[in-house]
Amino acid sequence: MHHEQLPHLFRVEYARMTAVLCRHFGLQYIEVAEDIASETFLKAAELWALQGMPDNATGWLYTVAKNKTRDYLRRQHVFDKQVKPGLSTDLYEEPDFDFTHQTINDSQLAMIFAVCNPANSVESQICLALQVLCGFSVQEIAHAFLTKKETIKKRLLRARANLRNDQFRIGPLDNATIESRLDTVLRTIYLLFNEGYFSTAGDQAIRKELCSEAIRLALLLTDNTLTNTTQVNALLALFCYQSSRLDARANEVGDLILFEQQDTSLWSRELIDKGNYYLVQACTGNQVSKYHIEAGIAYWHTTPGANKWRHILHLYNQLVVMEYSPVIALNRTFAFAKVYGYEAGIREAERLRLEEHSGWYALLGYLYADIDPGLAVGYYRKAVDRSTSVSERKTLMREVERLQ
Amino acid sequence: MKDFVLIFRLADTADFKPSPEQMQERMNWLAGIAAQNKLVDKGNTLSVTNAKTIQPGQVITDGPFTEIKEFVSGYVIVKSDSMDEAIELAKANPIFKLGGSVEVREVMQRPS
Repeated sequence: MHHEQLPHLFRVEYARMTAVLCRHFGLQYIEVAEDIASETFLKAAELWALQGMPDNATGWLYTVAKNKTRDYLRRQHVFDKQVKPGLSTDLYEEPDFDFTHQTINDSQLAMIFAVCNPANSVESQICLALQVLCGFSVQEIAHAFLTKKETIKKRLLRARANLRNDQFRIGPLDNATIESRLDTVLRTIYLLFNEGYFSTAGDQAIRKELCSEAIRLALLLTDNTLTNTTQVNALLALFCYQSSRLDARANEVGDLILFEQQDTSLWSRELIDKGNYYLVQACTGNQVSKYHIEAGIAYWHTTPGANKWRHILHLYNQLVVMEYSPVIALNRTFAFAKVYGYEAGIREAERLRLEEHSGWYALLGYLYADIDPGLAVGYYRKAVDRSTSVSERKTLMREVERLQ
Repeated sequence: MKDFVLIFRLADTADFKPSPEQMQERMNWLAGIAAQNKLVDKGNTLSVTNAKTIQPGQVITDGPFTEIKEFVSGYVIVKSDSMDEAIELAKANPIFKLGGSVEVREVMQRPS
């Protein structure tokens, strides 16, 4: 294994290890589990730097973790014996857990549901998921969100208290848990992916990893028959279609490339095929979720055809009626203009009155470009003023220069 | 922002089936309101064939109450700053091409 893969191995195995250890100790002792996992990786980093990586690195890690757990329990046992005699009559026991594939998968799946608590705010929810499920450090999370470490720590504080005090048991999942939390789970994974895919701030490498982590978590859900719902498959289809365009989306210097100017030969055929597979899986029931609709939109984006925009508009119409957001409203209007012409699109766009959003001015600039270039430049400039992303500003300025 | 119910009425053509184009137009109208974040409830379409009216004295008659030769075909709830704005939203509905009408009614806030 190459050294560049080390951080990735650490991240994935750290999350797995913590999940299995939490199953053993209970979530109220998550800090103990995390300490053991951290110590394990510290030891690995020290030793591997000198001796090189062992052949079965993962197996090595789990053996060390198990030994460290035994040491911890022994210490705890002595503590219990000497400090509070009589209180505990339990005999010292060997740790009775294993790191088999099944245990790891069950524990990780349960951990997803433990972390996705509807009581958490959206921001802290995502931070907690990144930390506990994906093994990101506070520093990395702060990097991904372009936020101060202190802010991230604050967000995590309450979410972690909720996690400890929740009485959630890590183990095989039951139907009631799945029913009450699956929506929050899907939403968290969806936001995780979007954070990586749409936001242009922060470290690009970390952002790409957010996308692959979201896919990994969604795949975990498909592994279990109880959580392998049509919605999960729709979500995966959406991720595959979006990811298929990842490489075509930015040029060599990381500037965003507008959809229409993308080199379609850079789209990944393999991922589009995978997306098709999951979309078919998603369409086996009667349920139409917003993930179904978004996957449908992404499907049409990757598919050439005369009626493409008509289909996309139809889906955006459904989506915006189901759930309003400024971004959906803007995208829906763009599709409307593609079907009914830019003049009609302008009338529709003007009604949105999203004065705070750079996207609204960018859309008006785009629609006016041929009809009234002077007006278009004015709108594009307003979009530049309100944009917080460097690469987006660059893309908008290119349009201004082109029109002048 | 106040809530307004838009009540749609059609002339008594019980066998009326909207074409795909008409449905598309209606959906465009509804989504256009949603895109302005002014949709409160997308409402429902009401059946014309499976309809009864209960009259005073527990008399049950077939069909909707259509003295005025028009029946309520559905409703939508929107929010807007004023009656005028609600009227503007309603005006764009394609029902007028079918000779239908829209009644706009402000939803009264219950005293709490």
